Amino acid sequence: MRSVLGQAWAIAAKDLLLEFRSRTAFLSALVFTALVLAIFNFARDPTAVSSVDLAPSVLWITFSFAGVLGLNRAFSVEKENRTIDGLLLSPASRTALYLGKALANLVFVGAVEAIALPLFALFFNVPLLDVLGPLVLVIALATVGFVAVGTLMSSMAVNTRFGEMMLLVLVLPFLITPVSTAAEMTAKLFAHRPFAEWAPWLKLLGAYDITFVVLCTLVFEFTLEE
Amino acid sequence: MASPGASTLPVLDVAGLAKRFGHVRALRGVAFTLGAGESLAVFGPNGAGKTTLLRVLAGLLRPDAGTVRIGGALLARGEASHRGRVGLISHHSLLYDGLSAAENLAFYARLYGLAEPHAAAARALEGVGLAARAGDRAGTFSRGMVQRLAIARALLHDPDVMLLDEPFSGLDQRAAAALRALLGRLRAERRTMVLVTHNLDEGLELATHVAIQVAGRFASLAPRDGDLAAYRARYAEATAGDA
Repeated sequence: MRSVLGQAWAIAAKDLLLEFRSRTAFLSALVFTALVLAIFNFARDPTAVSSVDLAPSVLWITFSFAGVLGLNRAFSVEKENRTIDGLLLSPASRTALYLGKALANLVFVGAVEAIALPLFALFFNVPLLDVLGPLVLVIALATVGFVAVGTLMSSMAVNTRFGEMMLLVLVLPFLITPVSTAAEMTAKLFAHRPFAEWAPWLKLLGAYDITFVVLCTLVFEFTLEE
Repeated sequence: MASPGASTLPVLDVAGLAKRFGHVRALRGVAFTLGAGESLAVFGPNGAGKTTLLRVLAGLLRPDAGTVRIGGALLARGEASHRGRVGLISHHSLLYDGLSAAENLAFYARLYGLAEPHAAAARALEGVGLAARAGDRAGTFSRGMVQRLAIARALLHDPDVMLLDEPFSGLDQRAAAALRALLGRLRAERRTMVLVTHNLDEGLELATHVAIQVAGRFASLAPRDGDLAAYRARYAEATAGDA
């Protein structure tokens, strides 16, 4: 188990170092995030719908699509010089490969979210500080589920034609549960509803995470078959 | 079919390999054995199935039929212990352009579970004459230097079997000579090697055994017993009917 975690950490550290040096996907995701927030902010009619009512949907649409931009890079970096063969030739287990990629994706998506959240508060003037603790918990749980499924789908989409488009098609149906659940909870948080009202959604999100982390880890090996 | 290396303990034992891609039969009953220090050069035209053969031997592709044994142990795709006994040099470097030479090797050393990844990387770089460029990114290297770095990567874990896929591809004469010297050293270290190429001028001098692969099968397989001219004639004869 220790060697699996060590190998997973080596893969994640390598991916993050490569991204830190190029910053290509990170900057793309940030620019996309700022653009979406700005467009939604200026396009809405504040007299027709209040920002607190619109904000949860906008937040999760932004996170979802910005996250997919990050997921695309997870396996596309392994296409150059066929480094995926280097990974598969090594004694590193497929579980370590999946966990390493998922960990790097988690850090990447988390970093994008950490920068996007203040931007979101700025554009939509929502009481972020009042609900920051529970909101971070909701974001963290939704991101784990999102990344678990997205990493698996990224490994499947990378070798297809129009892989980036294919990833969206593959991953979006699986994101309906975590994204809609997280948006629902975010709306209740912004409306200052009591914990008992959103606790069932939290349980659902937790169950989704456990199910898909385990499932994706188990089936990942089969996505690498040629 | 002759079975080279039968007199020595086989390091690599391949039997009845078959692989199809749709209606294309990339491998048809490929079989051979090689002992320690023996090297097989597989020549064949483009599309003969040479790269498929190497990918099956490396465990990257699952054959439809047949077996690969390394040191007597059956190579099953997905078994980590066997993967550590093979080193692959392909026409792709399997290296990250954005990482330095030392970082690339240290990363692979970690995956192979080597005790001191940085020390192992430094030793490997020394071995291929790239110690002075350890901190430079692989993306800034010339084709010849990349190939030397790829050799260092493939040798990092001291594999029993080296698989080489068109290793001279894209190299200038000087880099090719340096690579030949490196491969000669590997042979002197009694490593078992399988080299595939479509170019007879390359690799023949390194081989103890020679096979000519046409349309997925070995048209001939025997210990090396002739010069380049003789093999050119055999190659022309074997590939005459190949479209």
